[in-house]
Amino acid sequence: MDSSLPVSPFKTHGGVDILSRKHTAAQESAVLPPPEEVVLPMQQHVGAPCKPLVKTGDRVLIGQKIADSDAFVSAPIHASISGKVAGIVKISLAGGQLVDAVRIVSDGKMETSPDVKPPEIKDLPGFLAAVRASGLVGLGGAGFPTHVKLAVPKGKSVDTLIVNVAECEPYITSDNRCALENTAQIMHGISSVKKWLGIHRVMIAVENNKPDVIETMKKAAAGDAEIGVLTLHSRYPQGAEKVLIQSCTGRCVPMGGLPADVGCIVMNIASAAALGEYLETGMPLVKRRVTIDGSAIKNPQNVIVPVGTYIKTIIDFCGGYREKPKKILMGGPMMGVSIASDQLPVIKQNNGIICLGEEEAHKMEPTACIRCGRCVRVCPMHLMPTMLEKFAMAKRVDDLQEYNVMDCMECGSCAYGCPAGRPLVQAIRLGKALVKARRKK
Amino acid sequence: MEEKDEKLVISSSPHIHCETTTRRIMLDVIISLVPALVASVIIFGPRVLLIVAVTIASCVLSEYFSRKVMKRENTIGDLSAVVTGLLLAFNLPVSVPPLVAAFGGLIAIVVIKQMFGGIGQNFVNPALAARIILLNSFPAYMTSWTKPYLYLHPAAATVASTSDALAGATPLALIKHGAAANQLPSLLNMFFGNRGGSLGETCTLALLIGGIYLIARKVISPVIPACFLGTAALLSLCMGRNVAYDLLSGGMMLGAIFMATDYTTSPITTKGKVIYAVGCGVITMLIRNFGNLPEGVSYAIVLMNILTPLIDSGTRPAAFGKEPAKK
Repeated sequence: MDSSLPVSPFKTHGGVDILSRKHTAAQESAVLPPPEEVVLPMQQHVGAPCKPLVKTGDRVLIGQKIADSDAFVSAPIHASISGKVAGIVKISLAGGQLVDAVRIVSDGKMETSPDVKPPEIKDLPGFLAAVRASGLVGLGGAGFPTHVKLAVPKGKSVDTLIVNVAECEPYITSDNRCALENTAQIMHGISSVKKWLGIHRVMIAVENNKPDVIETMKKAAAGDAEIGVLTLHSRYPQGAEKVLIQSCTGRCVPMGGLPADVGCIVMNIASAAALGEYLETGMPLVKRRVTIDGSAIKNPQNVIVPVGTYIKTIIDFCGGYREKPKKILMGGPMMGVSIASDQLPVIKQNNGIICLGEEEAHKMEPTACIRCGRCVRVCPMHLMPTMLEKFAMAKRVDDLQEYNVMDCMECGSCAYGCPAGRPLVQAIRLGKALVKARRKK
Repeated sequence: MEEKDEKLVISSSPHIHCETTTRRIMLDVIISLVPALVASVIIFGPRVLLIVAVTIASCVLSEYFSRKVMKRENTIGDLSAVVTGLLLAFNLPVSVPPLVAAFGGLIAIVVIKQMFGGIGQNFVNPALAARIILLNSFPAYMTSWTKPYLYLHPAAATVASTSDALAGATPLALIKHGAAANQLPSLLNMFFGNRGGSLGETCTLALLIGGIYLIARKVISPVIPACFLGTAALLSLCMGRNVAYDLLSGGMMLGAIFMATDYTTSPITTKGKVIYAVGCGVITMLIRNFGNLPEGVSYAIVLMNILTPLIDSGTRPAAFGKEPAKK
């Protein structure tokens, strides 16, 4: 396979131009003062939930492992403040599922655990074990455990590492700030992956609306001829894994396949930074940079917070609400999940909390489809959302499968541009559920 | 679930939406038809405005009352009935009696559009289908063509309103009957619309301006007009006809730019659009060359409208990762 570094991106299909609303990009991240308490859900990743290793009344220190699982696809959870375990409580996550969570009340000391020391790595299994021990998950939003991602399946070879700084979601700038503020850790993380996985081509992929990031990354990568910075068009959903791989390498991940099938690993830049920090200091993933923005927020900014901090605490730090929020989103406005309360904790893969005011949260009343074909034109997966919606509403499962409903990544480009305001993504989710129900039978 | 301090809205992503709405699209189509309307008033006189007002009123009222009767939500706000009314008027001769024009609007909206479920559901273009029904129901009214600028000479018009000298046969009819070249309007007159014909179809310049506006606003893609006109031009050449006259005469421009590009009745994918538009061009030229009728644009488009679902199912895009691997 070609291993040269491309100078311009390859062609991809579809996508939409969305006003980027990156108000917080130029502002340095603030650090949240130690919160009084945190709640750490046992499910902060894709895979098996963790089991608590501590019990009520235990004293815990920052970086101490408090939960883990025997499953391969899972990631341990660490205390993000020092203090006392106040109990194992049930909380509902953004998606509504009820999980156990460890509640820690701060002792105000923010003391670091003696367990926190840089790992010693001798070989690839040792590296993967260290990555697992760091509790790292994909910080772009998906929350897929990083050690699983880095474990290349047998029979497949990977020649390219793509570091994702596309950050195509409107509002969100946490990766942008990360690239500028944690450059050294990022480069350390990248070089360790290069070293242990034997990868000789790294592409740092940035959308062209972040010239400062491009410049910083180019400077940082100048010493290594195997690392290149690729400027991408700022077009949503540029940062979606399959789209990004095609933009960077021209390769097309086969349907139902993984990036490794085309020799690629995609890593979010915040994950690379967290990995670099862990290898340097031994501090696992206990804090997160989140973008707090939206029309209902008084002082939008990026804030570095301990994982498990209540959303309300961070919003209060940002001056509170400008107006009563109508919608609170975990993540950006295109793919984020709307949540029922600001009393939920920030979890590892949260990159932003967006609070929309009355006007911004206004939803169009759907009218009849006029068959304009915009949804088909913008679909990055080359699907036909308008047909999928009709099939889903009519519960035509065979047709849903025939039209590849499961390949939809729910990026929302179709519904964003639909002049009739059809709830296309919602209908497609229903369609997926119908297909899954059929498969179970 | 928990409803603590304040009620927040929970809904599916995405949580933001672009500015484009159905109403805005229809408004763009109306704006794009204004140059042709102005040209028509200049060429055929103020009676144009009467006919346009009658068809629009008939379409909007038909839409309003048919939705009411069917106990469905009122949809006149999406402006699609206004577009249908305008396009129907553009397909009528200026001398058509207002009652006939109003009847056309009723057919277009009630029979063709609402009986099949309203906007987005009709299987043929409402304005074109109405025109065809009128053509077959009132052939005399529908084929009496007024000469341009006749309205400036009211005395002449009253003397002999039906004589051949004043009723301007369309260039296509003249060609069909083997007229000599000097009997045809000059190409420049054809381009500016100084010829007999339906009231909105004659001024190619104005129609092109409207088409460019629609393409610039991304309301339509240039694929259908380009393939339609290109195919017609190529066939005209092969048939040994006058290519320029074929493109500038009849409803070719109006049909290719405004009628064939109707969302509801044309294919969704680009590949489908190409097949559809080539089909329109072929059928138009077959009718013009071999048929009994001088003009075939409306029949061509309506026939291809009917094939649209078939074309759509045959031109489904290959999903990501299903295509042959690219290097």
